[in-house]
Amino acid sequence: MTNSIEEIEFTDAILAIGTNTTENHPVIGSRIKRAVRQQGAKLIVVDPRKIPLVKYANIWLRPKPGTNVLVLSGLMNVILNEGLLAKEYIETRTEGFDAFKETIEKYTPEYVEEISGVPADDIRIAARIYGEAERAAILYTMGITQHTHGTDAVKSCANLAMLCGNVGVEGGGVNPLRGQNNVQGACDMGALPNVLPAYQQVASDEARAKFEKAWDVSLPAKPGLTIMEIMDAAHNGDLKGLYIMGENPMISDPDLTHVEASLKNLDILVVQDIFLTETAQLADVVLPSACFAEKDGTFSNTERRVQRIRKAVEAPGEAKADWQIISELATKMNYTMEYSSAEEIMDEINGLTPSYAGITYERIEEEGLQWPCPNTEHPGTKYLHKDKFSRGLGLFSAIDYRPSEELPDEQYPFILTTGRVLYHFHTATMTRRSEGLNEKYPESLAEIDPIVAE
Amino acid sequence: MDQKISLTIDGKKLEASPGQTILEVAGENGIHIPTLCYYKGTTNVGACRVCVVEVENARSLVASCCMPVSQGMMVMTNTERVMNARKLVVELLWSSGDHNCLQCEKNGDCELQDLVYELGIEKPRFDIDSPGYEIEDTNSMIQRDLNKCILCGKCVRVCNEIQVHEVLDFSMRGSNAKVGPAFDTDYIDSECVFCGACVDVCPVGALTFKQARFQGRPWELEKVRTTCPYCGVGCQMDLNINDGKVVKVTTNRDYDKPNQGMLCSKGRFGMNFIDSPDRLKTPLIRRDGELKEASWEETYSYIAEKFASIKKKNGPDSIAGLSSARCTNEENYLFQKFMRAVIGTNNVDHCARL
Ligand code: SF4
Ligand code: SF4
Ligand code: SF4
Repeated sequence: MTNSIEEIEFTDAILAIGTNTTENHPVIGSRIKRAVRQQGAKLIVVDPRKIPLVKYANIWLRPKPGTNVLVLSGLMNVILNEGLLAKEYIETRTEGFDAFKETIEKYTPEYVEEISGVPADDIRIAARIYGEAERAAILYTMGITQHTHGTDAVKSCANLAMLCGNVGVEGGGVNPLRGQNNVQGACDMGALPNVLPAYQQVASDEARAKFEKAWDVSLPAKPGLTIMEIMDAAHNGDLKGLYIMGENPMISDPDLTHVEASLKNLDILVVQDIFLTETAQLADVVLPSACFAEKDGTFSNTERRVQRIRKAVEAPGEAKADWQIISELATKMNYTMEYSSAEEIMDEINGLTPSYAGITYERIEEEGLQWPCPNTEHPGTKYLHKDKFSRGLGLFSAIDYRPSEELPDEQYPFILTTGRVLYHFHTATMTRRSEGLNEKYPESLAEIDPIVAE
Repeated sequence: MDQKISLTIDGKKLEASPGQTILEVAGENGIHIPTLCYYKGTTNVGACRVCVVEVENARSLVASCCMPVSQGMMVMTNTERVMNARKLVVELLWSSGDHNCLQCEKNGDCELQDLVYELGIEKPRFDIDSPGYEIEDTNSMIQRDLNKCILCGKCVRVCNEIQVHEVLDFSMRGSNAKVGPAFDTDYIDSECVFCGACVDVCPVGALTFKQARFQGRPWELEKVRTTCPYCGVGCQMDLNINDGKVVKVTTNRDYDKPNQGMLCSKGRFGMNFIDSPDRLKTPLIRRDGELKEASWEETYSYIAEKFASIKKKNGPDSIAGLSSARCTNEENYLFQKFMRAVIGTNNVDHCARL
């Protein structure tokens, strides 16, 4: 998120697109409802399904699945034509506006209605709500990103926010709500094939030199494989060994038959987890790890706030914290990793990760800090791009609508779209073991239009 | 706006800002006024009348939670008149319910019990007349015993004004008054989303966490502050531990950011997995097609040899690692360090891109 959770409650308008917030991020859902009920904020919901937030919305736009970019373009078309744009902001803080403007011209509400099914007048009403608000926040999740044109949708959100001067202001922003407790942190820490911690490029000689010195090894410069490429490489035999920590691709990845064949094709599959998951059942070696209540450490939440977890109970049997297992295995492989606590690892992170440099356990004992936090005097950063974008000027992208790659046809006449439910999480390895949650939501449901069903 | 108001509470000269209530000013200055229905951040209803105080020249006692301070106000919080009024209120509450502390989950952490003691009440002057409701036992998360309900309405306000789930309200009138979901249904059959906020705020044993029943007295529980392991909101919560087990999850409104004491059903009731019998307890190695228990030492050797031989034969890029959005920063950092520094490949990713 560019901005903070608390700001959502005190803004003038909220555009929630592709986010079923009350089920996926319930506590943020409560903030939105408070903003509407108690602070008089206006709410625009864009979602093909009648999600619970619709009850609180001033207007609900219901596009056909896959037409998000089009709807966003329609909103921007109205804002441009009705002069609701932030002229001075665009002139002084952004670039690429002219090309963007030209592209948007053809996306009139009537044109958008034709393809997306959203009535032109509703697009006008929504555009006025967003455009006339002094500050407005955009919230989104997988509903707009999990498409072949996901990147276009995210860029369109950024365009819309910049068009109305809503980036770099309190209560504004472009706010992806992160699904998992520490997906933000996993990215920040460089668990990605092309970047080291704090998004320092592996291809950069300078970045590598810094880590080579600290870690006392020479590092590969070529970016690695992504998760999809890893599965493909396993499938065709190029990849021989895979080490999986705390993930369950046998449930979470698309095309499970492919995943299963890929994993079975490996010479060695090591899985480290708290349960014998569907993935662990295929492993050659399984390592038992401690869960969040059995170890110390930090998670970074969706608003970039680094917060503590603390050991409350003992791990079962011989299970160990993941950090302990990794360091013992490294040492066994002749690379000494000696840490006596998670805090000691954080000390090392502080030295190599500029955005986390000032985030020490001592400082986050009471309340977490939001990165960037470059030194131990820094109070953390509530919202990004204040006065200036990280890249200097905010970049408008000229984006044309592209239909989804897989559209209904004669053989597959329907669209299936997936969603989450309040009571279960991800692959449900954890929540399925809760008596109460199962009672409330015992099995997955498919929802189908009654006419189609007949 | 900034003009200060001076007033006196229990003989102490104090300053306050316009709009503050007597209760708030007293609280800020370390003067104790008991309350039952007051809940910060929600409408002040003045329903319980436990917070009454005497204000000079006012005809009757006033509820300090609702009364704004004014210039020159003289307030007394513990005169005989005040004490008698409070005693009457507490005795009425006591006698109109089933307040048997012997097996009550709230014993030791109950605001009614504390008040009885604080006011030194031997026994209520009225006959005890419990309404005789059946205990609601139809879900495994929240137990409802309305015989202990003192109708303070905190549950109603937290559900509507803080969490905005809009499930609870008062129904009926007079001695039949009740709190609950619409049409007087059980929680499990209502729109309730089991955030558990109403249980957190209930001052007595009317709403309790069912799975914590008989799992430890309030004074035996150790609270460990942590971050919820589910979604990206990162709610702050307290794991309540007894005898090495997580008994229940509570919150604390003093942990302001990011969740202000709110949780959802997953953070609140999704912790059974921790001591599930299915947890992995030892390393396992596949032998003759089956996963068999092994020691850490042999497991490490097994992996180390295998990785080393693959690396030698096919190069480091024929090994990859998937890190986890569920693990800590420290662990993700170490994992990518392991792949890059020990294995020598950038083949490391996690499911953020899915
Ligand atoms: S558990 Fe939450 S939603 Fe259910 S009644 Fe209580 S406060 Fe309302
Ligand atoms: S159930 Fe508890 S919180 Fe709700 S009104 Fe009764 S005593 Fe108050
Ligand atoms: S309690 Fe619910 S909203 Fe809060 S972090 Fe956990 S899963 Fe997310």
